[in-house]
Amino acid sequence: MLEIKNLHASARGQEILKGVDLSVKAGEVHAIMGPNGSGKSTLAHVIAGRPGYEVTQGSVLYKGHDLLAMTPELRAREGVFLAFQYPVEIPGVSNVYFLKAALNAIRKHRGQSELDAMDFLSLVKEKAKLVDIDESLVKRPVNEGFSGGEKKRNEIFQMAILDPQLAVLDETDSGLDIDALRVVAAGVNQLRAPERAMVLVTHYQRLLDYIVPDVVHVLLDGRIVKSGDKELARELEARGYEWLEAPAAR
Amino acid sequence: MTSSPTTAEGTELYRADFETFTAGRTGAEPSWLRRLREEAMERFQERGFPTVAEEDWRFTNVTPIARTAFRRPALTDASGVRIADVTALGFGDAFAGHQVVFVDGRLAPALSSLAAEDGLRVGSLADLLSREPERLEPHLGRVANAAAPSFADLNAAFLEDGAYVFIPPGLVVEKPIHLVFLSSRGSDASPILSQPRALVVAGRGSQARIVESYGGVPGAAYFANGVTEIALEDGAALDHYKAQRESVAAFHVGLTAVVQGRASRFRSYSFALGGRIARHDVHQRFAGEGGECELNGLFAVAGEQHTDTHTVIDHAHPHCTSRELYKGILDGRSRGVFVGRIIVREGASKTDAHQTNKNLLLSREALVDSVPQLEILASDVKCKHGSTTGQLDPAALFYLRSRGIDEAAARSLLVSAFAGDVVGRVGVPALRAALESHLRERLPGLRDRQIQEAVL
Repeated sequence: MLEIKNLHASARGQEILKGVDLSVKAGEVHAIMGPNGSGKSTLAHVIAGRPGYEVTQGSVLYKGHDLLAMTPELRAREGVFLAFQYPVEIPGVSNVYFLKAALNAIRKHRGQSELDAMDFLSLVKEKAKLVDIDESLVKRPVNEGFSGGEKKRNEIFQMAILDPQLAVLDETDSGLDIDALRVVAAGVNQLRAPERAMVLVTHYQRLLDYIVPDVVHVLLDGRIVKSGDKELARELEARGYEWLEAPAAR
Repeated sequence: MTSSPTTAEGTELYRADFETFTAGRTGAEPSWLRRLREEAMERFQERGFPTVAEEDWRFTNVTPIARTAFRRPALTDASGVRIADVTALGFGDAFAGHQVVFVDGRLAPALSSLAAEDGLRVGSLADLLSREPERLEPHLGRVANAAAPSFADLNAAFLEDGAYVFIPPGLVVEKPIHLVFLSSRGSDASPILSQPRALVVAGRGSQARIVESYGGVPGAAYFANGVTEIALEDGAALDHYKAQRESVAAFHVGLTAVVQGRASRFRSYSFALGGRIARHDVHQRFAGEGGECELNGLFAVAGEQHTDTHTVIDHAHPHCTSRELYKGILDGRSRGVFVGRIIVREGASKTDAHQTNKNLLLSREALVDSVPQLEILASDVKCKHGSTTGQLDPAALFYLRSRGIDEAAARSLLVSAFAGDVVGRVGVPALRAALESHLRERLPGLRDRQIQEAVL
């Protein structure tokens, strides 16, 4: 589903990704771990198409198409979803109605009929339960006045509504207490599906106790230096990243 | 005939016009009215049009107004204004209220619909001046004081008609009152000087909503120079709306002068959308304790438009509260100005004043000047002000796009949400709908109904 080859990307003239290779198949959950500044969030942003990053080398294929040539909205309509590390507060914009517009733009793109208000609201009810988010909350302005945990839950709620094929979760666990983490993880686990791929970007192994990944990658200084199964995450938790730094600097 | 010792540049034409105007008024008019005009003409002749050398006008150059030979409208000019022009500024069938239409400052009875309601009086100043001038004498030209720009003098010098609204004490007027001020086209060689005037007296403990709409033939280069005086007696509550949707080739200068009695509440909502050069002055003063004043405004301009708002809130008495929120949206090469002055006079303790100005620049060439002016001469007061100017938040834009909303729609949605903060406060549904539809026309991404729905 996602084929990243030798991806180099820079922001403000500084190279951050220095040759990332990553292959994710439908149904798989990949975790990308790494210390601060290793390029994890940049990778997530480049996949979603955030302006401000320049790809200088390499390619990203999504379902066989050149992802980098697509606008962010086209990527979303093609099934790419990014759960933000720092969800943006947008005063004056209704969370639920902007989602309705987004979902219908996606459905239209897929050749599906648009959902009317009634069908959409029953979908909201169903998905709000999934992440245990208050229905009154999702009807408020986008993320405005939400607590950190509520913002993260809202991201997973949006993901559940938009039903993506490739979901990239950027440090969805950071800033969550253990109860909130359990809720968010349970939501994510329910969204695991044979036709859906997920990439979890995380700083801590803790999240992976709740969402068990198929593959774990270590991103260090803009390159994936090691890949393995969930045991690699435990090893990282125990030993830190230092033991991996030597090969990265080669 | 007295004549002023000095004659400022650009005023000769109007002095000559004034002589013709007064000579033609042979009917019995009260002497106070003649004096009011005379004195106004003299002041105008002496002060002339303001220049950028004056502090209050340093951001707005009115030379294009001063250099144009505007002519006062003949009665026949009004015949060029059609019912369609009124409908364009009106609110269609959704507006359920009293509506009075003035063309070039004169009542257009055929276009007006007036219903009597429990002693509420809405009508034409010309009519009242001929029948009961004594009702007008205590108010007319007295709310707008010497601090008013010289444009207000130009208006008063030719005062002959306009709107009056008398709300009797204790009356709660259910339906909104709509005053429509249209300007006719004139000709290219001699465009029209249209001088709307309104007087509102809200009796003790009364309550009402008044909407003033300004507009004209699209593309016409007239000059609308309006003065509205509003007196709130003790305990009165008035919501005042000004929707300025002039032709983008026109000039608009307007003064809203307000005096508030004890424990009265005045809420103002000003929308400055049209005009090539537009200026709105709001001069408010508390004349008693315990008053509340809210000034809200939105200016949204594009292209070569220039829009300037100057507000003065005068806390002359203790225990008064004022809240001010003005927002600006500037696109193209437009320019906006917001100068908000708050005066807290000696002895006005327990004053509570907040002022906020937020501006959104949609293009690199657009520019805004935002100047708060706080003069605090009393102790034991709370005064706060804040001003921000910025562009659309790129993080918010990306967030919306990353969910599948296209860029144009995402931009329109964010701009509309920014405006929604002020538009959403409008308590006359038909006006709110008209403003929303005006914004939609400028924000192509909002044509999608679902995007519209997402604006709170």
